[in-house]
Amino acid sequence: MSAATTSSATTRAHSVVETSARGKWFAGLVVVAYALITLIPLVWILATSLKSPPDSISYPPKVIFEPSMEGYVNLFTTRSRQTAEYIENLGPAETWYDEIVRKRNMVIVGPSRFLDRYFNSVVIGFGSTFLAVFLGTLAAYGFSRFKVPLKDDLLFFILSTRMMPPIAVAIPIYLMYRTLGLSDTALGMILLYTAVNVSLSVWLLKGFMDEIPREYEEAAVVDGYTRLQAFWKVVLPQARSGIAATAIFCLIFAWNEYAFALLLTSGNAQTAPPFIPIIIGEGGLDWPAVAAGTTLFLLPIVFFTVLLRNQLLRGITFGAVRK
Amino acid sequence: MAEIRIENLHKTFGDFTAVRDSSFTVKDGEFFVMLGPSGCGKTTTLRMIAGLELPTLGRIFLDGEDVTTRRGGERDIAFVFQLFALYPHMNVRKNISFPLRMEGRPRKEVRERTEEVARMLQIDHLLESPVGGLSSGDRQRVALGRAVVRRAKAFLMDEPLGALDAQFRELMCEELRLLHLRVKATTVYVTHDQIEAMSMADRICIMNNAEVLQIGPPSEVYARPATRFVAGFVGSPSMNFIAGEGGLNAGSEAVQVRGSRIAIPRLHEDLTSSEAILGARPEHIHISDQGALRGRVFAVEYMGTRQLITVDTDSGRLRVRAPNTVRVNDGETVGLDFDSEKIVVFDSRTDRAVSSAFTGGGAGG
Repeated sequence: MSAATTSSATTRAHSVVETSARGKWFAGLVVVAYALITLIPLVWILATSLKSPPDSISYPPKVIFEPSMEGYVNLFTTRSRQTAEYIENLGPAETWYDEIVRKRNMVIVGPSRFLDRYFNSVVIGFGSTFLAVFLGTLAAYGFSRFKVPLKDDLLFFILSTRMMPPIAVAIPIYLMYRTLGLSDTALGMILLYTAVNVSLSVWLLKGFMDEIPREYEEAAVVDGYTRLQAFWKVVLPQARSGIAATAIFCLIFAWNEYAFALLLTSGNAQTAPPFIPIIIGEGGLDWPAVAAGTTLFLLPIVFFTVLLRNQLLRGITFGAVRK
Repeated sequence: MAEIRIENLHKTFGDFTAVRDSSFTVKDGEFFVMLGPSGCGKTTTLRMIAGLELPTLGRIFLDGEDVTTRRGGERDIAFVFQLFALYPHMNVRKNISFPLRMEGRPRKEVRERTEEVARMLQIDHLLESPVGGLSSGDRQRVALGRAVVRRAKAFLMDEPLGALDAQFRELMCEELRLLHLRVKATTVYVTHDQIEAMSMADRICIMNNAEVLQIGPPSEVYARPATRFVAGFVGSPSMNFIAGEGGLNAGSEAVQVRGSRIAIPRLHEDLTSSEAILGARPEHIHISDQGALRGRVFAVEYMGTRQLITVDTDSGRLRVRAPNTVRVNDGETVGLDFDSEKIVVFDSRTDRAVSSAFTGGGAGG
């Protein structure tokens, strides 16, 4: 008994110190398996966006199919159904997308509203992220460096705004926005997402600011810099990775937010999330177009996450290891 | 170059008094060390001189000019922090030239002065490297460089060697001292390490519990401590204390210790209490057969040309620094003789040194 305990204890100690070759294989396998599982929905979306409408709803689902750009064409255009004679009289199709549409006995009558919605998403998503990070940085610096009366209470209040799901206050916000004339405006959505994100941003950034030794600023102040210059030249550069990580988190929230966007926006300031799932095609939802919209919608987040992934990793594990 | 004068400086944080009514003057070009245990107020004093803390009461003069309420940047003072505070996002060159760039100097001058300082500190080959990968000694040099490059009126250093390991500290001590001789700037240096203080200072200012206890050259502070605290804090091993019996008056020349009579320097003033404490440095006690005080040898530490003998007596454990020619064994009973003219007498009530033929004039030092 005691011998068994000892031997198992030694194996455990051993495995902590260095991973055996078999352990590495196993760990690799788990990571790859997990990656595949998380990638399946993404791959499915990408695949569906390249299917023709009949392929997209065929049963059993087609894994191998003939790729088509029909989803993307449908996403960006509005079309009208015409008789075959009418289409024949039009003469040969001038572009590849005209050709795809005419095969379905339709003609393109204009652009869809997708680009408008996408543009709204960009303005609202990046605008609110900028504001949330800007305000958060200043507030976090203040909380970290100055004696603020009731500091702990204030920080708790700020955090408490996250204790309920934001949608719980949807009705009051809807009524307020209607009275203030903010509903269905980009400004309204920017303010709303900023308000939701600023708590996250203050708390995350305060952690980063706390870790930057005061001596840096004091050194700069003794060397003749003002407090603001010291903040700009010494604190900000060192908080860079924290700011980047915070910005990504804020952007992901504002970019993906669905419920408020559905409730508060319609004709004017609607963002992409409420728009994409209701793209109607022949006899119901146009799944390839929905998938195409989703694919394009994912790109900016993927791009920024990859761009800032090193900072992000540092941001997530921040404070875990002391220097 | 400048003289720093401090008058009745006082600093409280809430209920806590960090510095109480301190006054002293640091002479132009002096290497002035503030020594004391942690929390004694030395760093707070330094930070007030630098303008990083505002005094509650009192004034600070730099070159005769009142700078008490001036911002740190307007005092023309350089500060070296304990953890160096090198900006991690800049390389060595940018770190050193940071203060110059603030002053808006022409680029050529910034480059020349930065390189000159780097050469002096022997880090010119590191100018383009990031500070992250430097050894602690090189970081220390960069921090010094950033201070020196400004040609500020005074240097303030807050335990700049505290983060270095022991061996390196000695080397940096020497370099700091050499740097001081070259630059000749008024330097206020804060440390809790009395060996550092003794080896570098022109004058030492010893603080404890927010108060300045004594200011003087290292040899003076060592030989004629103004209070029992100073006597115990300075010197390693510290001064031996022996309780004497019976009141002493001005003119007394001996004291009774456990029935033996020990000669002391002639006192100039009366004691306020009935008990005197004798202070004797380990090198002022000798092993002898007749000695007035007797005790049993507890331990012998051999230290090359010298040895440190610990003797248990009725008056407590005493440490004796003796030449290695003296032969004693653990457990042996020996007699102890004192260099009477070097004994310092403390008043047990006030803990202050009593003025005597040895400590001279006032007891204040």
